[in-house]
Amino acid sequence: MKLSTKHLLGIRSLQPEDIQLILSTAAQFKEVLQRPVKKVPSLRDVTIVNLFYENSTRTRMSFELAERRLSADVLNFAASTSSAAKGETLLDTVNNILSMKVDMVVMRHSASGAPHFLSQHIPAAIVNAGDGINEHPTQALLDAFSMQEKFGKLQGLKVAIIGDIMHSRVALSNIYLLKKMGADITVAGPPTLIPKYITDALGVNVTYNVEEVLRWCDVANVLRIQLERQNQPLFSSLREYNLAYGINRRMLERLPKEITIMHPGPINRGVELDSDVADGPHSIILNQVENGVATRMAVLYLLANREN
Amino acid sequence: MKPILTEQQMSLTVKRLAQQVLENHPGLDNTVLIGLQPRGVQLSNRIVQLLQEQLSPEKVVYGKLDITFYRDDIRKELHIANKTEIPFSIENKNVVLIDDVLFTGRTIRSALDALLDFGRPAKVQLCVLIDRRFSRELPIQPDYVGRTIDTFVSQKVKVYWQEKDERDAVELLDH
Repeated sequence: MKLSTKHLLGIRSLQPEDIQLILSTAAQFKEVLQRPVKKVPSLRDVTIVNLFYENSTRTRMSFELAERRLSADVLNFAASTSSAAKGETLLDTVNNILSMKVDMVVMRHSASGAPHFLSQHIPAAIVNAGDGINEHPTQALLDAFSMQEKFGKLQGLKVAIIGDIMHSRVALSNIYLLKKMGADITVAGPPTLIPKYITDALGVNVTYNVEEVLRWCDVANVLRIQLERQNQPLFSSLREYNLAYGINRRMLERLPKEITIMHPGPINRGVELDSDVADGPHSIILNQVENGVATRMAVLYLLANREN
Repeated sequence: MKPILTEQQMSLTVKRLAQQVLENHPGLDNTVLIGLQPRGVQLSNRIVQLLQEQLSPEKVVYGKLDITFYRDDIRKELHIANKTEIPFSIENKNVVLIDDVLFTGRTIRSALDALLDFGRPAKVQLCVLIDRRFSRELPIQPDYVGRTIDTFVSQKVKVYWQEKDERDAVELLDH
């Protein structure tokens, strides 16, 4: 069994078997992370550079921890403190790093398609850690892993994705992945933040009513309002957004059944999620973070094996 | 194809291995058994079952170890990881590793590395159903052996188990 791809550029290019292989391998790595020595020697001959052209806390630390737990050598690059600030191009930067004998590149960039571009020009395996408003594949994989852990399966699971669908790479990757694995998806949020033809393009249901989608779903994956990607006002104020689309405890208590709350972080508390929901018993937000390390270990392990 | 163990022989051999382990570890007082995933687990399941019939079941401490992430041929071939279940401490315990066939010794080398990440055992022993002697690539020897055989490197030893292959047998295949 092998992945059908040399890079992880997005969920779109994965087969369902690839996703299954990554999730089952992640389950074994999760066990490794419970051991007294939380480390295996699998990638001790592999060097990985984390190339971050955009800020990140969780994803960068999660990748770095995953790499170290696999015994890989790790290089960190942040655009803000590097020669990229002097005007060096992406390809020049990467070629310079690769000439130092680096095997894999984990990359985040604010331009959609940056890792795809890079994959056509360099021999190293590339893992997309988020590209603009396109995809964030490892987030979708860890979300799927967390859902599968909670519910035992993805097939037939009713998943609501709520919030800024338009600017969210997490939403797109989650939709691709959950569709491939047979889940039902409804996206919800303000009309200005949901792409117009999303039903035709991606086969998801759309609603503008959050209460309605909460009544329907098993899991609600609540997204962050990405003010940094909105260059024009798409809703009147954060307070109004919270009143119309934010999720609070009273809404959950009114539901006929218990649902699970997820969020990829960072949370805007009091905007898309109230604190008593984010920290409440329905939330598996911190489990998602924990599962992120195991899932990324699985991705790196499976891609490193493609070398020969 | 050459038969090495028939169903009847296999049953006797597994019983003997269980007795030998018990003889060296009376009452399994400070001893744990660990089967190697995936193929050693069939043998360890049988041995554990036999020991549980003789001792009280809670005396037999039993775990399973997968060594996929510790392999030294990781670049050559991708192996699918199986479940590791060691829900107890091995610190200062006697550990009996159980596998079906001992060949080059590389799996056991990996298993020792993996095992030490769970703690520092007092002693580690190795129990195998088949020992393909003269094929070793590392200085590793078993403590309990079902049957020792001489083989060419090109040959294959196939172990069949009732639980998954619907018969018990060990055969030597020419390739």
